[in-house]
This record gives sequence, structure tokens and C-alpha cells, in this order.
Amino acid sequence: MVDLSVDLGNGLRMKNPVMLASGTCGYGEELADFIDLSSLGGISVKGTTLHARQGNASPRMVETPSGMLNAVGLQNKGVDYFVENIYPRIASLDTSLVVNVSGSSVDDYVAVCDRLRPLDRIAAVEINISCPNVKQGGMSFGTDPSMAAAVVVAARQIWSRHLMVKLTPNVTDITLIARAVEEAGADSVSLTNTFLGMAIDVERQRPYLSTITGGLSGAAIRPIAVRMVWQVSQAVRIPVVGLGGITCGRDAVEFLLAGASAVQIGTANFIDPTTSVKAIAYIEDYMERHNMADMSAITGAMKTP
Amino acid sequence: MDFKVREVVPHGRNYALLRMMPVKGEMPEVEPGQFVQVEIPNSKSTYLRRPISINWADRREMWLLVRRAGAGTNALCDLPEGSRLSIILPLGRGFDLSVRGNVLLVGGGVGTAPLLMLGKRLVTLGVDVKFLLGARTTSDLLQLELFKQTGETRVTTEDGSMGHRGLVTDHPLLTDGEIDHIACCGPLPMMKAVAAIARSRGISCEVSLENMMACGIGACLCCVEDTVDAGNVCVCKEGPVFNIKRLKW
Repeated sequence: MVDLSVDLGNGLRMKNPVMLASGTCGYGEELADFIDLSSLGGISVKGTTLHARQGNASPRMVETPSGMLNAVGLQNKGVDYFVENIYPRIASLDTSLVVNVSGSSVDDYVAVCDRLRPLDRIAAVEINISCPNVKQGGMSFGTDPSMAAAVVVAARQIWSRHLMVKLTPNVTDITLIARAVEEAGADSVSLTNTFLGMAIDVERQRPYLSTITGGLSGAAIRPIAVRMVWQVSQAVRIPVVGLGGITCGRDAVEFLLAGASAVQIGTANFIDPTTSVKAIAYIEDYMERHNMADMSAITGAMKTP
Repeated sequence: MDFKVREVVPHGRNYALLRMMPVKGEMPEVEPGQFVQVEIPNSKSTYLRRPISINWADRREMWLLVRRAGAGTNALCDLPEGSRLSIILPLGRGFDLSVRGNVLLVGGGVGTAPLLMLGKRLVTLGVDVKFLLGARTTSDLLQLELFKQTGETRVTTEDGSMGHRGLVTDHPLLTDGEIDHIACCGPLPMMKAVAAIARSRGISCEVSLENMMACGIGACLCCVEDTVDAGNVCVCKEGPVFNIKRLKW
């Protein structure tokens, strides 16, 4: 019997290492017609901000080779709506609930965490300092080690449960940011968010996205994300949650071998909403085949020459 | 749900009708105006599913009318018979079936596809249905015989090769006919022009939007349309059919 459970520390214990990535699964409910949400390790719900956001203008999406660009821009109804209307609907789900938190100032992040404090079924916040599609805040916090640390220090004061930080890959050295947030008190890091990209409709000579640039996700980014997870897992002591272009169980295993303690499935949900449950079954079978008894045997198990 | 393609019927150079059946079991119930998300099999250059409106369906079979618009839809139009397709369905909200009186269904190009099933359903509900179908030229007028069998059908072509020369919005049936309700599907500029006529004449009107979609199930928030009552909403979940009174057109 393989033990798939994973403990990311400070109260975030999951029955298996597979989570749904924020922004690709709504509040979980959107996928409930396709999968048993309680079979998942965890769900990171849609990026939540202090005030409601309408997001960016359309078009917000364009398909690219082995991936897609999006420019949603953190459309959400704000934390108060989440607390009053959404949380009561999802609180009884038998999976670890993580709220992705975003803001345009340090005070915003703190205020959102404060509103989430009374919700005892929220096991963790995932501090999003990596959204490429908002004008203020978002990724700008995640590209500077001291600003990244400032957000984490402030959130840490008010949020005592598990605090995960979602990192942007749009930096020269992602390990510097990872170390900075570790030192500031983060319990784990998740990476990567989307890569800043753009695509042009050459006949119309116009960008496909209303925002010109957007976030690239999908299989196209996987090798870069795997490399970054490998680098960060060697640079920090806190657990690393790997994501970026996972399309199946094999891809998830790749991140685990690179050093991730858990993984998140994102864009693949759009192609096959059952990707996450298939990945869990694959990982279990893989670990059995390779005589790995628990998650500590697979995390970082890549062999080098 | 897995489907087996029974027949791929080319409609001119640019379109094909895919007739398919579930590999196992029977078709789920689908409403006119709902759509499906089709995985493109063995495709090297596409990544996401393709949203396609349902042309017609019963408990055994489903028809998708596909226009060649790029690599994904080309692959669908070129599928060998017997191919298997992974399809998520039924998705979205369809047309209002409680409409009564004189109902005009206005379609443009391949946008006529969902109007066939809608027209047939409304006829069974005792509604007086007329079709107004527009296209660039005769070869872009699809399934004309099936529409004619279902109800009175008028056509417009931009080159005048069949029917009234011009756009559907030039046709007297739309501008002066006795109409209680309009259901419309076609290119965005056409739907906006039809909506403007409906507003000015005080006729209730529904349109079927096709904003760029990724997931089709309301998870990614990519396909949103701005509404009067709720701001940005997902076209895939709250639509694709909207009454124009909800839209900021």
C-alpha cells in the first residue's frame, strides 16, 4: 500500500499531493459534475481580492502552441462575497481548501487574510504575488525580493495557519525570491504562475489579447517550470508545490522527482476536467511500481549522474 | 463522453456536417442552443477543445455543422468516418422555448446551425416559425432543404446569387414583418445589427454569442460578456444564448 498523504507543515495536511490550481477551477464547484472533489488533495480557489474586480476587457484568451495566453485579470466578487456566499457552499468539501489571495497593496493582502481568519475550514492561504494581468500589485510584488518579503511579513502577522506563496517565473533568479519569502515566514512556495507572453494576429496586425500581453500556461511552459522547481527545491527548506503545464500523471511525477512535495493542475482542467483524479491514480501506481512507500520517497528522487 | 463519427458530409469547400453517436449508452438530453466541447484528435498544433453548437440531436444521434476556421476545425472536417471523439456535453443555456406567436429565426453563415434544432423544437411546440438566413453567396447557405421542410424560409446573399440581395438586416421580413420574437445566431456584427432593429421595433430578441472560450464550464473566466445586471458573466455558463436586454450592446 502506498501512502499518498503529504504534510506541507503548519496544518496543511493533504490526503494526496494533487491540488487544483487557482484560476482554473473556479471554487471547485465548476468541476463537481466531472470529478469527486473529495478525492483531491486540495483546491486552491480563484484569486480573491479585498474588493470586487471586473477583470480585463475581452478578448481574454488565445490558444498558442501547446498552451494558451490568458488575461483574465483576477475577476472575482471580493473577499466579503466569498466569506458570505461561497465559503458556506464549499466548507463541507472533504479536501484541503486553500484561498489564493491577491492585492494591489500590502494592506490589501493583510485585509483579505484578516477576513478569512474566522473561516476554520480554510487550511491555507496562497499569497499570489505573481499575477501578470493586473496593473497594480500582483506580479510587481513577486519580482522584487524585498517587496515579496514585505507582503509575507505583513500577512504572517495576521495569518497563523499555513501560508503558501505563489511565485512568478518572470524573474532572472527565482531562488532569490523563494529564499526571501522563506526568510519572511512562508510555510511553502508554489511555482510557477504563468509566463508573461504575447501573440499577434498578423493579418489584422493587432494583439489577440485586450491587454496586449498575458500569462502563458499549458504544456509549453512545463520544462521551464520543472527546472525552476528543481532549482528552488534545492535553495529552500520549506516544501515546494510544483505547477506549470502538467497535463497528466506522468507530468506530475516529473515535478515530484524534481523536488516538489505536491503539485497543482491548472490549464489541463480545461481540456480534461478529470486530469487531476487520473493523475492521483497514476502517481499511486507509479509509486507502487517503483517501491516508493510514501511521498518522502518520491519528492526530489531524481537521480543525477 | 466518447462518440463515434458515423458520417462526415462535406457542405461545399468550407463546411462539413459530422453525424455521430455515443459509443456507449444514449445521448443526454440537449436543448436547442446548447453547445459541446470537442477534443481535436491527434492534433499537433491545437491544444484546447473546440466549442461547437449543436446542429441537431435526438436520443441516439448528434449533428455538428463545422466551418473550416483553422487547424482544429479543419481536423474535424477531415475526420475519417468511424473516428472517435471525446466530447463534453451538453454545455451552456439554450434558447427560450417559452416564446409564442410569430417567431423569426435569423442566421448568418454557419451560425444557422443551432437554429435548425431550435426551429424544429418550436414547431413541435406549436409556434409559428419563419427562418431568415443570410450568407455571402449561395454555397454558404447550409442545409437549406432542411430549413424549408421545417418552416417558411427566406434567404439573403450578399452577391445576390440567391434570394434577396444584401444582408439579413435589409430584408423586409426583419424590418417590417409581423414578429413577436427573434432568435439570432451569426457573426457578431450581424447579431448587433439585428439586435438594433429588434430594439427599435420593440421586439424581444435573443442572440447566441461565441466569445473565445477555453474551458467551456465556467472555470477560467476567459469568455466573459459584460451584462447590465451582473457585470462580466461567462458566456459558456450563463449563455451562449442571451436576451439582448441583458447585454450592453
